[in-house]
Amino acid sequence: MDNKPDTYTNNQIPILIIGGGMAGLTAAVEAAETGHSVILVEKLPYLGGRVAKLSRYFPKMCPPYCGLEINFRRIRTNPRIKIYTSTTIKGISGESGNFNVTLCTEPQLINNRCTSCGECAKVCPVDRPDEFNYGMTTTRAAYLPHDLAFPFRYVIDHLNCKGTSCGLCLEACDYQAINLTAEETKKIVKAGSIIFTTGWKPYDPLNLQDLSFGKSPDIITSLMMERLGAPNGPTQGRILRLSDNKIPNSIAFIQCAGSRDENHLPYCSGVCCSASLKQALHYVEQNPDGEATIFYIDLRVTGRNEDFLTKIIQHPRIHLIRCKVASAEISPDNHVIFLDYEDSLSGFKKRSAFDMIILATGIIPENIDPITIITDNFGFAKSNALPEGFYSAGCLNKPMDVASSIKESTGITLKALRTAGFKA
Amino acid sequence: MNSLAMEKDQKNIGIYICTGCSIGDSIDIDTLKNRICSDNIPVKCIDHPFLCSEEGCELIHRDINAQQIDHIIIAACSPRVNQDIFNFSGKIVERVNFREQLSWCMKPKNEDTQLLAEDMIRMSMAKATSVSIPQPYIKNHLNSDILILGGGISGITSALEAAKAGYQVYLVEKENKLGGWASKWSSLFPEEYPYDILKKPEIVDTKIRELEKYQNIHIFLESTLESVSGEPGQFEISIRNNQTNHQLKAGVIILATGWKPYDASRLNDYGYERSQEIITQIEFEELLNKQAINQYEDLKKMSSIVFIQCAGSRDEKHLPYCSNTCCPTTLKQARQLRDINKAANVYIIYKDLRTPGKAEFFYQELQKDEQIFFTKGDLRQIDINDKSLNVIVDNTLLGESIKINADLVILATGMTPSDSSELNLEYRQGKGLPDLKYGFPDSHFICFPYETRRTGIYSAGCIRSPQTIQMCIEDGTGAALKAIQCIESTKRGESVHPRSGDKSYPVLYLPRCTDCKRCTEECPFGAYDENEKGTPLPNPARCRRCGICMGSCPERIINFDDYSIQAVSSMIKAVNIPDEFEGKPRILVFICENDAYPAFDMTGLKRLEYSPFIRIIPVRCIGSVNKVWLSDALSHGYDGILQIGCKPGEDYQCHFITGSELTKTRGENIQETLRTMMLEPERIRTEFLEINEYERIPDIISDYLHTIETIGPNPFKGM
Repeated sequence: MDNKPDTYTNNQIPILIIGGGMAGLTAAVEAAETGHSVILVEKLPYLGGRVAKLSRYFPKMCPPYCGLEINFRRIRTNPRIKIYTSTTIKGISGESGNFNVTLCTEPQLINNRCTSCGECAKVCPVDRPDEFNYGMTTTRAAYLPHDLAFPFRYVIDHLNCKGTSCGLCLEACDYQAINLTAEETKKIVKAGSIIFTTGWKPYDPLNLQDLSFGKSPDIITSLMMERLGAPNGPTQGRILRLSDNKIPNSIAFIQCAGSRDENHLPYCSGVCCSASLKQALHYVEQNPDGEATIFYIDLRVTGRNEDFLTKIIQHPRIHLIRCKVASAEISPDNHVIFLDYEDSLSGFKKRSAFDMIILATGIIPENIDPITIITDNFGFAKSNALPEGFYSAGCLNKPMDVASSIKESTGITLKALRTAGFKA
Repeated sequence: MNSLAMEKDQKNIGIYICTGCSIGDSIDIDTLKNRICSDNIPVKCIDHPFLCSEEGCELIHRDINAQQIDHIIIAACSPRVNQDIFNFSGKIVERVNFREQLSWCMKPKNEDTQLLAEDMIRMSMAKATSVSIPQPYIKNHLNSDILILGGGISGITSALEAAKAGYQVYLVEKENKLGGWASKWSSLFPEEYPYDILKKPEIVDTKIRELEKYQNIHIFLESTLESVSGEPGQFEISIRNNQTNHQLKAGVIILATGWKPYDASRLNDYGYERSQEIITQIEFEELLNKQAINQYEDLKKMSSIVFIQCAGSRDEKHLPYCSNTCCPTTLKQARQLRDINKAANVYIIYKDLRTPGKAEFFYQELQKDEQIFFTKGDLRQIDINDKSLNVIVDNTLLGESIKINADLVILATGMTPSDSSELNLEYRQGKGLPDLKYGFPDSHFICFPYETRRTGIYSAGCIRSPQTIQMCIEDGTGAALKAIQCIESTKRGESVHPRSGDKSYPVLYLPRCTDCKRCTEECPFGAYDENEKGTPLPNPARCRRCGICMGSCPERIINFDDYSIQAVSSMIKAVNIPDEFEGKPRILVFICENDAYPAFDMTGLKRLEYSPFIRIIPVRCIGSVNKVWLSDALSHGYDGILQIGCKPGEDYQCHFITGSELTKTRGENIQETLRTMMLEPERIRTEFLEINEYERIPDIISDYLHTIETIGPNPFKGM
């Protein structure tokens, strides 16, 4: 799919990285800059994973696009990285040092003649839920995944496209970049070692019956909140109550929604506290009348991020309440949500009303190969116990923040490089 | 008036204009081509409806072969896309952003849009003929060895991981044995399954034994660094061992000197040094380690022991940050205590109990013990009596204050980073690594955690941030990769992060240097040393190629092959400035190519319109803008200059740390220039933009144009 010349030397077998989120991207660029060749495989049509969808990082409140752009630039200028997007792994054979990996690429209805002019999306009559915005908006079946999409190319969602019976995009495209009957393609590549960086997904909030997720558009997850805060999100960065698109006057953040809880996830995901603090700050800075309340068990904002917590504690419109919320109930007019909780200071049961509720749901690993990837009871990879030649990094191993994921992935890359024959 | 006539000789320029993606609808291509060809030396200028196609590229390749075209100007999409396609090695390639920054954001078929297109081509020709293909900086006999300072768990791990890849490693430790803090623990809290038992501290010994297997690891005990000079690929190291000095060379350095416990003598409020029964976590660990002594026996008889978390941490008066490790360490010590004393009650007083990730399981294990009491609250005071201690805690979860009678109080004190000046760098900018906060030497700690501000020196372990042993092992491994990467990049003559792969580097014309020291002071990466006179001594392999030194130099003697004072000046002067009677202002806009440039591209993608009166010059960093460009532009007749860089300040987003901050401070100096030219201060404005603030761009430009309209045209116009 990319036009970079194949620069593999005869005696160099590339490392193969599965998953193009932050951990995988890091592994790819860090490996390639040592001089070794890399194959990066991503199932979505774009790189960047969950980081691409974040609005800001804590504690700097800076846009993740900034760091992503640097990494994309490192890829663009490095001939040693080959990328396969919209691609999954269909089989791995061979052995450490010499694997054969079968890649399966989804039907590429738009091929590499695409210039990203956007005419196809203008004429496409089909709407589909936008995965990038967690289904809060739709795109056309022909769409650009997001503003900083890399590769920068339109794609057609082949599952939703009406095919040749419609064909409007075929007429609109001046570059013969569309083939509506394209089929999936298979390819076998060689790899010396394999790193799984398949990342994570949020714990399913529908399991949290007491917190009424799914019963009101105003009860959303932290990840959806990221999209509401993002300039390229469904509300152009304005944090709005989705039931009526009004500016909410009060938002409650429920920490450990399904985490540190024997009935759901018994572990702590490590990042949700910082994420909620960041979102609360973003919200009160955007809305000078807004009040944010954070319900928590322990505030786990480790290391140097402490001064960020101090800033939050001192903010007059951010309130911290230590307790576990019992339930959420939606008012008859559907615009107010009541939370029931036990105030730990007074011991009394309390009820408070909010315009919006954010559920800080935890991290669960995305394991695509349960046979190779040996896991603990919760599906996290036991990195050290994988078969020879296989490695794992990032949130597949354990819940972690972006910096930790980058850090771990960098080290794992060295091990994978050595297995693939890298030597001084 | 400027004409397109090129005085340069023997430049075979080919201009290729793509008319696809609505570029052909925005501008009159024939008129444009006629303008370019009519007032110019012979250049080849052709258009194509689909230049990025195989057919389009084939056309260019044919011209390269048949007509010896060696300066290729591609007026098409943004240079951020199709880099692999428009890749003509050995040729000078200039990309003109006709799509994202013209046809997608300007009024089509408009006179001013047309003039913009003409000027953009003129500017690119001026640049293409002023630059050359970078010749990399590659010295003979580059050294590939890795020097590691600090023989704790991080340094040992770095040594092993690098040695396994075949690199020679020098491991320097100031103590008489390896292992550092990690070898001082009686047991370790579990960081992997099983979470219900404590780990033996054997991991350190295992790694030390493993070191012995590698002949390419050379260990210096009881040794320190006396001096470090040079640059990646050729660091000169002097190691001091007792009375003897060892001289050696190294390619890169890993700093893994770890941490020190926070000075407990400052914790008078906690009763430290006022009672022998108030000790630190570290002292308690020593006690657990020396099982024979009386105090250890005493532990078995105690009935109440209190741990106080965050003693001097998360506290503005002491350490404002959290040290990550104290909570799990306390849990571990509480478990050990309960194992040797089944009768004792153990109290843990905490603000937040922090066991992120799977460490939660260990916490859950301890919660099962009914004689360990977890109490969230604030320590008010510790009353010291003859026989025992009374710990008074306020704001507990029950809303009241409690008093706990204690036989022993253990203060969980935090970690402070070692002093990075132990490196003893013989650098103009100091012996150690600059820190961002609290003494931890890093820079972009979220996205690029290993990057320090000294090229070829990576930090690992607790000097970088407070970390657990497992985290230090990960960190040591990652730092080894970064070190190897730096060695290999240096051998290829390429820059490391963030301009990885860049082969250009600054060249100084020293005969004209006035020893003003601006470059040696302002380089964010300390790339320059200095002789006694103050003349800069460049170390190109220490350079990150941001061009901030080029921006700082009043004599304009610092230049890159492909990015120079003259190249940008010629771009500035290549623009046709309409005279004042035409009422068409011209604004020169310097934009940082890291964040502002992609933001401008996204403004185009969103089809947001802005004024065609601007002329954009992308720069490597806004800090690389030289004052002479500003005066050149004003004397050439531009009505105003906008500089758009990344966000400065404590939470800076500048990729080169200080570039946008410098632009702010240099502003004063520039205002002085304006005064001497008798110009209004508004003629130069600086804006800071985040990469995703593309919606602000039309406003920034129209607002500035409004300001310029108010103050009127530049009086130098047409002179």
